Amino acid sequence: MQSVSAERPGVTPRPVRRDPAPSRWAYRVHRMWLTPFYRAMLRIGLPVFLVVALAGWYVSNPTNRFAIAEKVSEIRRSVETRPEFTVKLMAVEGASPVVEKAIREIVGSEFPISSFDLDLDGLQRTIAAFDVIEDVALRVRPGGVLEVAVAEREPVMLWRHASGIELLDATGHRVASLMDRASRPDLPLIVGQGARDAVAEAEALFDAAGPVAHRLRGLVRVGSRRWDIVLDRDQRILLPEIAPVAALEQVLALDEAQDLLARDLTHIDMRNPARPTLRMTDPAVDELRRIRSLDNGVPR
Amino acid sequence: MTELYEQQRAMRAMRKAAMQRGVIAVLDIGTSKIGCLVLRFDGPERTAANDGVGSLAGQSGFRVIGAATTRSRGVRFGEIDAMQETERAIRTAIQAAQKMANIRVDHVIATFSGANPRSYGVAGDVEVAGTSVIEDDIARVMASCDVPDFGEGREVLHAQPVNFALDHRSGLSDPRGQVGKRLAVDMHLLTIDAATVRNVAYCIKRCDLELAGLASSSYTAALASLVEDEQELGAACIDMGGGATGVSIFMKKHMIYGDSVRLGGDHVTSDISKGLQIPMATAERIKTFYGGVFATGMDDREMIEIGGDTGDWEHDRRTVSRSELIGIMKPRVEEILEEVRARLDAAGFDHLPSQQIVLTGGASQIPGLDTLAPRILGQQVRIGRPLRVQGLPQAATGAAFASAVGLCLFAASPQDEWWDFDIPAESYPSRSLRWAVKWFKDNW
Repeated sequence: MQSVSAERPGVTPRPVRRDPAPSRWAYRVHRMWLTPFYRAMLRIGLPVFLVVALAGWYVSNPTNRFAIAEKVSEIRRSVETRPEFTVKLMAVEGASPVVEKAIREIVGSEFPISSFDLDLDGLQRTIAAFDVIEDVALRVRPGGVLEVAVAEREPVMLWRHASGIELLDATGHRVASLMDRASRPDLPLIVGQGARDAVAEAEALFDAAGPVAHRLRGLVRVGSRRWDIVLDRDQRILLPEIAPVAALEQVLALDEAQDLLARDLTHIDMRNPARPTLRMTDPAVDELRRIRSLDNGVPR
Repeated sequence: MTELYEQQRAMRAMRKAAMQRGVIAVLDIGTSKIGCLVLRFDGPERTAANDGVGSLAGQSGFRVIGAATTRSRGVRFGEIDAMQETERAIRTAIQAAQKMANIRVDHVIATFSGANPRSYGVAGDVEVAGTSVIEDDIARVMASCDVPDFGEGREVLHAQPVNFALDHRSGLSDPRGQVGKRLAVDMHLLTIDAATVRNVAYCIKRCDLELAGLASSSYTAALASLVEDEQELGAACIDMGGGATGVSIFMKKHMIYGDSVRLGGDHVTSDISKGLQIPMATAERIKTFYGGVFATGMDDREMIEIGGDTGDWEHDRRTVSRSELIGIMKPRVEEILEEVRARLDAAGFDHLPSQQIVLTGGASQIPGLDTLAPRILGQQVRIGRPLRVQGLPQAATGAAFASAVGLCLFAASPQDEWWDFDIPAESYPSRSLRWAVKWFKDNW
C-alpha cells in the first residue's frame, strides 16, 4: 500500500521538540535525589535497612531459627555421609594379635563411619594410654581405611612387687602384667621398691653377670638406691651405689681366681669396693675356728 | 537605595559562599531561550597567583559541567511577562543542567536583557584624610558621589568605579597608598526597573534557589565577546538577542555605557509571520534556514515553500522567493541597527579613540549582516563569538550564548562594584568599634 500524500521535503516544519517543564514536586524530588546525603541513604541505607529488618524479623521467630538450624545440620550431615568421606575399616599395623584385639575393642567404632565423626586426636590419646604401646600414628588412608600404626614396647625385664609381676621395657615403663614368673623364664627378674627406675643399670649388671648366669636368681633394689645380686644357695652380692658393675666385675674376677662363689658363704659385701667383706655360714665359721685352733695349738 | 545596597552585599556574600562550595549555576533569561550553565570551581589557581592574568585569561579556575537550554516561555523584551510560565522554563533549564552535571545547584547568578537599563556617569571628590589614600578614603569618595535622581521604581544594578583621580593625575585604577590631597572618582551607574528585578528574584526563589548575583546581559555579552584590547581601547558590543538588543560601551576595561533597545530577532520573525501569513514556528524556521539581508539575482529564483495546514491546496502550496523574504527582513534589521546607532551617538561613541563595534547574540548570525552593519554603524564592525570556556558543549559555543558565557566570566572574576568596597566610617552606627578606632587615631 502506498502513501497517498505526496512527499514534499522541506516544507512541513519539524514538530517542535517538546521539553515539558517538570512539576514543582518532580523538580524538588530531582534536586533531593541529587543531594549526596539522600542519594547515599536511598542507594545504600535503605536497602541495607530493609535487608537487616527482614532478616531480623525472620530470625526473631523461634520456629524459623529451629528450621534454619535443622537445615544447616541436614546439609552438614549430607556432606559428611558422602562416600568420599566414609571410613570403612581399620587396619592395625605393628601390633601383636592381643594388642590389636585390645585396640579394636577400645576404638569400638562401628564401621563404616564418616571421617568427620572420627576423633583422631582422641583416639590417639586413648590408644597411647596403653602401657604396651610406645608410639601410635593414626591416619585415614585414601580408600576409606583408618590406619593405626603402632610401635609396641619391647619387654626386657620382669619386676616383681607386692601385687604381682610386671613386664618392663628398657626405659622402665610397664609393658604388661604377668601371672606367673615361669611363663617368661627368658627375662631376668628384678625386685624391690624403685627397681623400675633403674632398669638400665640392672640391664648392665645382668650383662656383666654373664659368667654366673646359671646361678643368678635376680636383682634386689635396696632402699631405692643400690642393687643386691641374688644367687642360688642364698648367696648375695651387695653392690655399691656408685659403679656397681665395676664392683661386680671385681667379685667375678675373685671367683675366677679363687672360686669364691663356690665357697660356703652367704654374702659378699662390696658396698665399700675398697674393702670387700665376706659373710660365711655358721658351720663354715666353726670350721674355720677349728682349723685355726689346730694350727695355733690352742685347745678348744 | 540602601536597601539594594544591602541586597547587593548579601548577593556578594552568597556568591562567595557558592565559590567555597565550588558549584554555581549561571542563568541567562532571554526572550527566545533560557540557558543554564553549571560551573564548577576548582579553587584559585596556584601557578598564576603573581601574574595579573592567569592562564587562559584567568578562566582556568572554573569548568562548565552542565549546560541546558530550553525554549523560553513568558518572557517579552527580555523581561518577565508571565511569572508562572517563566518559572517553569527556568525549572526546566535548571533541572536539565543539574542532570547533566549530576550535582545539585543551590546558587544562581542571573542575567536578563530588558528592564530599560539606563546609564549614568557620576563623579565625586573628597579631601584625603591622611597623607596617603587608604581604604576609608575610597569609601568616602564613593559615598560623596552625587547620585542623580533616576526616578521612582528603579534600582542600581551595576555601580562600578571606572576612574580615580588624585590631585592632577587621572586614570588611576587603584589609588590606595598613593600620596595626594584630593581624591576624585568617576563611577558608572546602571539602573533598571525594580519590578523586573523583583520578578526575577521571585521566580528564582520559587525554584528553591538562592540568587547570588545579577548582571545586565549587555554587560556580560561584552565580557564574553570583546577581546582584551578592544575592552582596553574602547569598543561597543551589540548583543542582538531575541526580544531586546543590548548595547554596551567598554573603555579601559570598564563598562562606561549600557543600554538596551527593545527590538530583536523576534521582531524579524513576527514580520515574516505577518508578511507571509504563516505561523511563528514556520517563520522562525524559514528565517534561520533561508534568511539574509542582501538579495542577489540568484535569490529571485530560489523558491521557498512555506506550506500550511489548512487543507486548502492552493494555500498549502504557497511559495515565496528568497528575495521576498530578504525584503521583509532587511528593513527590520536596519531599524534595529539604526536604533543602536542612535543610542551610540547619544552616548558619545564618536568621541572614543577606537570605535570598534562587535555584533553578537543570536540575531547577529543573519547572513549578510557583516555587510549591512558597516553601512549603518561605521567601518570597524565585526561579528563576535563568545570566548571559549572550559567544558562548554559545542552546541553552546555560538553567538547566542554570549551573555551566558559572559556571565561565567563575571562569576569567575567579578569586577569591583561600589558595594564591594568598605562602608565609610561615618555611616557606621556611632558606637561602632571602627568609629572608636578612628576617633583614637584622630585624637592621639
